[in-house]
Amino acid sequence: MARQLDAAPGRRAARSRTMSGAQILVEALRREGVEILFGHPGGASLPIYDALYDARDIRHILVRHEQVAAHAAVGYARASGRIGVCTATSGPGATNLVTGITDAMMDSIPIVAITGQVSRPVIGNDAFQEADVTGVTMPVTKWNHLVLEVGDVAPAVQRAFYLARTGRPGPVLVDIPRDVSQEGAVPTFLEGVPVPAYRPTMDGNPRQIAAAAELLAGAARPIIYAGGGVISAGASAELTALAERTGIPVTLTLMGKGAMDETHPLCLGMLGMHGSAYANYAAHEADVILAVGVRFDDRVTGRLSDFAPRARFIHIDIDPAEIGKNKPAHVPIVGDAARVLGALTAVVRPPQVEGWWTQIHTWRQRYPFRYRQRDAVISAQYVCDLLNRLTGGEAIAVTDVGQHQMWMAQWYRPRGPRRFISSGGLGAMGFGFPAAMGAKFACPEAQVIAVVGDGGFQMTMQDLITAVEYRMALPIVVLNNGALGMVRQWQTFFYRDRRSASILRNPDFARVAEAFGARGLRVERPEQVEPALRTALAAEDGPVVVDVVCDPEENCLPMIPSGQSVAEMIIDG
Amino acid sequence: MAEGHVATISVLVDNSPGVLVRVAGLIRRRGVNIHSLSVGPTENAAISRMTIVVDTPPERTEQFAKQLRKLVEVRRATAVNGATTVDRELALVKVNATPGARMEIMEIANVFRASVVDLTDRTMTLEVTGKGEKIDAILSLLAKHGIREVARTGQVTLVRGAQAT
Repeated sequence: MARQLDAAPGRRAARSRTMSGAQILVEALRREGVEILFGHPGGASLPIYDALYDARDIRHILVRHEQVAAHAAVGYARASGRIGVCTATSGPGATNLVTGITDAMMDSIPIVAITGQVSRPVIGNDAFQEADVTGVTMPVTKWNHLVLEVGDVAPAVQRAFYLARTGRPGPVLVDIPRDVSQEGAVPTFLEGVPVPAYRPTMDGNPRQIAAAAELLAGAARPIIYAGGGVISAGASAELTALAERTGIPVTLTLMGKGAMDETHPLCLGMLGMHGSAYANYAAHEADVILAVGVRFDDRVTGRLSDFAPRARFIHIDIDPAEIGKNKPAHVPIVGDAARVLGALTAVVRPPQVEGWWTQIHTWRQRYPFRYRQRDAVISAQYVCDLLNRLTGGEAIAVTDVGQHQMWMAQWYRPRGPRRFISSGGLGAMGFGFPAAMGAKFACPEAQVIAVVGDGGFQMTMQDLITAVEYRMALPIVVLNNGALGMVRQWQTFFYRDRRSASILRNPDFARVAEAFGARGLRVERPEQVEPALRTALAAEDGPVVVDVVCDPEENCLPMIPSGQSVAEMIIDG
Repeated sequence: MAEGHVATISVLVDNSPGVLVRVAGLIRRRGVNIHSLSVGPTENAAISRMTIVVDTPPERTEQFAKQLRKLVEVRRATAVNGATTVDRELALVKVNATPGARMEIMEIANVFRASVVDLTDRTMTLEVTGKGEKIDAILSLLAKHGIREVARTGQVTLVRGAQAT
């Protein structure tokens, strides 16, 4: 990040020599501290790739599909807190980024996508590989921009990075026509804040903070409901301090997993559709809920009118539009989670919560997560539980989407933030493996594990070759139940078990891995699981695919069916 | 469309390409119906004003304004309902006007302070300005003569007094 500080706004036109638009782009990326780009070249981005050829300090990771580049940028950003950058050519290259960009939008992840565009004279003429990419991505970016002058390249990149990381983070796309990349100019950089009109509120209103403190102090059954906003604000220490100061139990959303050490006695883990029964009961019975960095997503609340029906809400968020969007906030506080939680902890008086904890402990004992441990069949939950125990919750666990994702969310208990990465809002299958690669590039010294289903893995599996090429020490655990498990589960529960298009014929994943030059292990019996996971976790010079054949009939429980409430929770199958 | 659900939002935006599409896209994405939308330059060449009349229940109007404020190009978005405002709309109305009907149409025009801006042996074109209800009223009176075409600008609004909109 040191380089980024050097490049702080305040300098202008550092070089007086003429550069091409593409060289200016590379220089602008350098000034933003970019060290790595995930991308795939093509016609409209040839000038950009030619400029990258000279940039020895910016690593380009060649992926085999642009979707992987976008997901990897997200994984990089989520593991490190830095901005992930991906690049693609015009038309199909850019449209292949869209799923990853949308994922970043839904989960508020800072990434910047640089796309090539056809040359200015042919824009709008349906030229070869032309797509209106700023039009296509308008609803799924925080901001996007088509650069029409070479002099606008550097300012556009400055604005893109500024907007991606400030306020509520999100994806930004900069579209650069090929002839703009080729045109020469003396680069000019903006001084000061690149988007003066955009000023997120950072400090919470002190009177509102005092009102929140008062509400908490008088609560009998308070809980904290914390989400991804705590992680993006780097507010884990402040969240933990508030919980410890007040004794208030903390529940986490899927996006908030790890926002607090999940082995902490005050942490109840995840709530929501597949959250723990005790976290959901606690939310349901609460009289005051402190919601921070969350958006009252339907996967958490179920039927809105029945979510925490007796609670008064304090809602802290950096995005004013989230407050009151789904549930009215009695005490709304717009601001940065770290600053607001810090200010709140300084003034709050602890409520009387002994009786409340007695109740919560009763629920916790009565309704723990559980699974059946059998002799001949592997429970996917056992694999997740084991991964938690073998890594001590210290690894960066990256999941795909579906049953295995929810089982990991239930059993993997990260000891801190940025150690559980999953496609939350969008639920994009194919996310897990590429995002794990991005996380590994961001944190090469950390243990990163990808946990994927057999369905989702096949959506981006071709990039195993990328992991092999860069000798990534990456265990990829495939929880293989021969089905699109979550689809099959919903069919079982809600469609009379009519398994329409949910049963998969799979390749032999271990042999597929071997064909790519990775290591492949196939695990069919419970006693083989631990040795295989240990081998994969110890790998040092390349990816290891562990194909674990799991019980195809297992359902992910507890479950609050979509649009229902705690009263309808299915606890035992 | 229920009358009580109509809200006016005044939006100042950067005068840059694509802003109208961003605003319109947001309105569509959030499932809001547009009554009218008018755009024009302001006293500052870099900024345009949009006046958007939408069909939102009162409790959703502020939420919708907040969503608009999230667009980087939006400088200001104010739900002006409740404030004392000046609301105006302009309409051009081309109505059938045989020589025998002209006097009656002119009389209607007089009452509504509309001016005649074009005349043929078979038609008359009136220009009328006012609140939306006034324009609705003159249109209903002219209807029996046969309205050939109408062009309405959509509502523009400013808050009364020294306070900014």
